[in-house]
Amino acid sequence: MSDVAIAAPAARRFRLPPTLVMFALGWVGLMLATAFLADVLAPYSYTALDLRNRLAPPIGFGGVLIHPLGTDELGRDVFSRLIYSIRMSLLIAFGATLIGAALGTSLGFLAAHFRGLVEQCVMALVDFSASIPFLILALSVLAFFGNSLTLFICLLGLHAWERYARIARGLAISAGSQGYAAAVRQLGASPWRNYGRHVLPNIASTLIVSMTLAFPEIILLESGLSFLGLGVQPPETSLGSMVGYGREYLTRAPWILLSPAAVIVLTTFSVSVLGDWLRDRLDPTLR
Amino acid sequence: MRTSPITTPLLEAQNLMRRYWMRRGAFGKATEVRAVDGVSLSLERGKTLGLVGESGCGKSTTGRLVLGLETPDAGTVAFQGAPMPAPGTAPWRAQRARMQMVFQDPLGALDRRLTIGVQVREPLDIHGIGDAAAREKRVLHLLHATGLRPEQAERYPHELSGGQRQRAVLARALATDPALLVCDEPISALDVSIQAQVMNLLVKLQREFGTAILFISHDLRAVRQVSHRVAVMYLGRIVEEGEPDDVLHSPAHPYSQALVSAIPHPGRGGQRILLQGDPPNPADRPSGCAFHPRCPVAFARCSQESPALTARPDGRLVACHLAHEPAIARAA
Repeated sequence: MSDVAIAAPAARRFRLPPTLVMFALGWVGLMLATAFLADVLAPYSYTALDLRNRLAPPIGFGGVLIHPLGTDELGRDVFSRLIYSIRMSLLIAFGATLIGAALGTSLGFLAAHFRGLVEQCVMALVDFSASIPFLILALSVLAFFGNSLTLFICLLGLHAWERYARIARGLAISAGSQGYAAAVRQLGASPWRNYGRHVLPNIASTLIVSMTLAFPEIILLESGLSFLGLGVQPPETSLGSMVGYGREYLTRAPWILLSPAAVIVLTTFSVSVLGDWLRDRLDPTLR
Repeated sequence: MRTSPITTPLLEAQNLMRRYWMRRGAFGKATEVRAVDGVSLSLERGKTLGLVGESGCGKSTTGRLVLGLETPDAGTVAFQGAPMPAPGTAPWRAQRARMQMVFQDPLGALDRRLTIGVQVREPLDIHGIGDAAAREKRVLHLLHATGLRPEQAERYPHELSGGQRQRAVLARALATDPALLVCDEPISALDVSIQAQVMNLLVKLQREFGTAILFISHDLRAVRQVSHRVAVMYLGRIVEEGEPDDVLHSPAHPYSQALVSAIPHPGRGGQRILLQGDPPNPADRPSGCAFHPRCPVAFARCSQESPALTARPDGRLVACHLAHEPAIARAA
């Protein structure tokens, strides 16, 4: 639209997002940077022991300078473990959320497009998936197939897929029966174009909100499974396993548990805020 | 009269029938609903056929059938002499460049996340017409032809008024220079003042682009303004077809008479034909002529025998026992 844009409305200038969103952006950015630069940032390896400084409290609570967030009962540096845990948990949470969203949305679109038998199969799967307690499914899969990180992420990806499938199917059907998708279809657009270029961007806001809801759930689920010993296996570490592990020392050394718990809370909160903001930003009618 | 034997019409539909199955209650028996029941129509290049009828009479379904968006349960649609490909197939998609639809609700028909310019260009992108520069030019030309300003290409649908949106929908529909345009109630969602503008625009665009139009509306006056022929539908069937002025001035079918008398007219009060009975239920079709329970001049034969749509001596097509036999009309 180069030569048309002569008098494009100048009102859409860039505006700084609200403070809370800025904080959320900053926090998520910090977490991502931490995850990517874990090897550079961490002062120690997450398995390195310092037996002379076991259960050392953080700086300011009588701790030693070389362990800013204290150490656990084996003298492992909490700060270093936290950094590696952030990398692991973000990998799991983002990976699983994206897998779940992609799988659910594709199946929902398939159901909406083909209707009939395909739709009934997908919806049966959705009901099946929604009626099984996920923890039991996860336990049985991990018990049968053993534990590997890839399998674990894929398994958690199955956690909320039925939600995306339901949303995508319902919205695609309503758009297809009456509205823009029907209009685009009768323009001669291929299903790829219709779903990729029109339906998906239009329902993306709902899916994004759903993803920001699923993201904290997956972090918590990962914590729960790790706590049960089925998630991330030691010596690998994740935020959830740190919390589960630190629970035993809750009264004597609360810093082992508190720092990963704070990271979980702040990250899930920031993702929710960001998702909410992003949904509004992506909608041209709300600008 | 309907089809000249030498040239094939642009669009020829024969005995279209479309059934739906409706279930009453969770365990009720499925009943057949004939939304369209034996409709035949033909449309010449560059001409407009108006299709009038009350809501639920099957006029929109007829529009979807002739566009090939749905397949009829019986009957055939031929576009430029060739039968319609199955919906969703590649030839069907390619054929969309030749036939387009204009919807009742322009805001619903436009993607609210894309600008008008992108959407008007979309048919060109889909069908791979011209290079980027040619498409830009075409978009500007279409915007101009439909009375939109060039800078409105940068706007989103919600930033335009209802009339401007319908113009944008028209511009998009005309992008590939289609031979057939089906307008399904294109003006009923608009203000009265905008309605006239959009109808004038339709007439102007038809002259400019040479498009044949199937104009579906419940507004007899709107249809008269744009159409070269008018067909009146009642409960899935065409009951009368003829020249717009003839049908409006001397409607032959009792239902058309009631429709015409319902047009508000200054200085002509108290002459309206008020139809008796309930609006028709396609799931429970009356026997014989579907209109007979509400018809003010029905007689015994009407409830037994369904009248065929046949031509009168003056060329008008009417489906009514009385219209063809004035003797009975007088006796009744």
